[in-house]
Amino acid sequence: MIAKRVGGALLTLFLLSLVVFAMSLLMGGDAAEAMLGQNATPEALAGLRAAMHLDQPSWQRYLGWLGGLLRGDLGVSLITKLPVSTLLAPRLLASLQLAGLTAAVSVPLALFLGILAAVRRGSLLDRVISMATIGVVSVPEFVIATLMVLIFAVRLHWLPALSSSRDFSSLHDVVRVFTMPVICLACVVMAQMIRMTRAAVCDALDSSYVEAARLKGVPPRRLVLGHALPNAIGPIVNAVALSLSVLLGGVIVIEVIFNYPGVARLMVDAVSTRDLPLIQTVAMIFSAAYLMLVTSADIVAILCNPRLRHR
Amino acid sequence: MNTVPKSGVPYGAQAPKVRRRRMNVSLLLGGATIIFWLIVALVGPMVAPHAPGQVVDLDVFSPASSTLPLGSDYLGRDVLSRMLIASRFTVSIALLATLLAATVGVFCGLLAASSGWVDAIFSKLFDTLSAVPSLMFGLVVIGSLGASIPVLVGTLATVYSPGAFRTSRALARNIAVLDFVTVARARGETLPYIVLREILPNLVGPLAADFGLRFVFVTLLLSGLSFLGLGVQPPNADLGALVRENIAGLGFGAAAVLVPTFAIASLTIGMNMVIDAVSGGRRAGGRR
Repeated sequence: MIAKRVGGALLTLFLLSLVVFAMSLLMGGDAAEAMLGQNATPEALAGLRAAMHLDQPSWQRYLGWLGGLLRGDLGVSLITKLPVSTLLAPRLLASLQLAGLTAAVSVPLALFLGILAAVRRGSLLDRVISMATIGVVSVPEFVIATLMVLIFAVRLHWLPALSSSRDFSSLHDVVRVFTMPVICLACVVMAQMIRMTRAAVCDALDSSYVEAARLKGVPPRRLVLGHALPNAIGPIVNAVALSLSVLLGGVIVIEVIFNYPGVARLMVDAVSTRDLPLIQTVAMIFSAAYLMLVTSADIVAILCNPRLRHR
Repeated sequence: MNTVPKSGVPYGAQAPKVRRRRMNVSLLLGGATIIFWLIVALVGPMVAPHAPGQVVDLDVFSPASSTLPLGSDYLGRDVLSRMLIASRFTVSIALLATLLAATVGVFCGLLAASSGWVDAIFSKLFDTLSAVPSLMFGLVVIGSLGASIPVLVGTLATVYSPGAFRTSRALARNIAVLDFVTVARARGETLPYIVLREILPNLVGPLAADFGLRFVFVTLLLSGLSFLGLGVQPPNADLGALVRENIAGLGFGAAAVLVPTFAIASLTIGMNMVIDAVSGGRRAGGRR
């Protein structure tokens, strides 16, 4: 069962490489023209195209690219002439720091609030939480980010509006750089996780076996943690994975607004310079990350559910 | 999705009463907001006091006055007139894209639910499509094809059709195994008849909720793209573009940046409130 899931994910990854390559074909062979600019004589253009293998038929280029990808050779950036891996490594690290911190803050908090709201269903707390989460889910990331900049950077002068500094000599600096981007991202991610966790726990609490346990006189805490929660873990893990995949998209806007030097900004820049190898690699990384999240959620859900485990 | 009530009394004795009252309030509030924006999009540009590109004020980011009810923007243009035009762009592009996504998604979903090998192919196809982060997909496609309105609508529809596909497929599969469909099949009805007359009518409610939800996502992504400068291009503008061009006014708390921000929020929150009220507040939200 697990092997099937992993196999399915790998197949999707392969199809994805086709999609990514097709998308980059849409951008056309303009990279050679873009590089030469005003010096684009027909001979120079033809020579450069040959050097960059842009003259080969597309399926040949696809196979070459895929082979390189599998060997770990990501190609050379068309614009900077540096290997893509050199360009990518520090950016990836920076983005992972941001995403990791956000996940570390938001997942426990969201699960706690979601379970609390489900247990106190119909109470004032539940209504406040659900209104707040609807509000946050409905608002684009850039609105939250701009409002935070307005309040904390422009009005209160507590934090810098940009997070481009990479000087982590003291804890103080780390806090100054990360606070706003992390809070913005966490807001977006948490809102959904809370909603889905609440729905999953509510469903479990409504089921007849929990009713039976309640009639048997199981104390409320044991009822929720021991009886309802284990059955809600599958949907909850799914919710966490889906929310974290939202992080992948949200990070693009947040990195641009706060000028944070991560992968997403690299991608935005690569699109504007039509740097194909870079675009392909970043698109593959993002998509692979999404697939990994979803597949691992599937696997955890299988491991947590005896009915699926023993099939 | 309104499911059959499960056995047992609800958790918390007075919960149903409270929920019903809240449902009506949020339905009323949300519905009024949606209708308000639809009317604005429909007739707004006709009643706009100034042309959207006309510079009417020597001062930039001026506060609200009797002549300019929402002040002026970063070039001294009338914010009210620009808001009216921008909401038409946002609402119409989002509606069009959602319609397209829903049509493609539901059509393929129904097809997939009624045939095994079609299901395998479509599922894999849409799964693959949905594994590309939406904003990244928009970035690449619009970056390569240029930012025109047809490209924008197409991109948004492509990004959100997998969701519509998955919802309609799951719903249709649940209905396809029910007795009345088996009966229809035994009667010897044709496949189109079964799909269109037996299965589809039972999907209308949940699919409408899904449509509303998808409209929210499309609006958010459209605003995000416009905010990054990849959406509606100047001299036209949608709400996200208005936020982008007036972002410098944030420091003064200018209406030029705050009003479109709250407009986006009210549009999407209103839609969410309606869906929540209609589907009984039990929907698990997800943004994809």
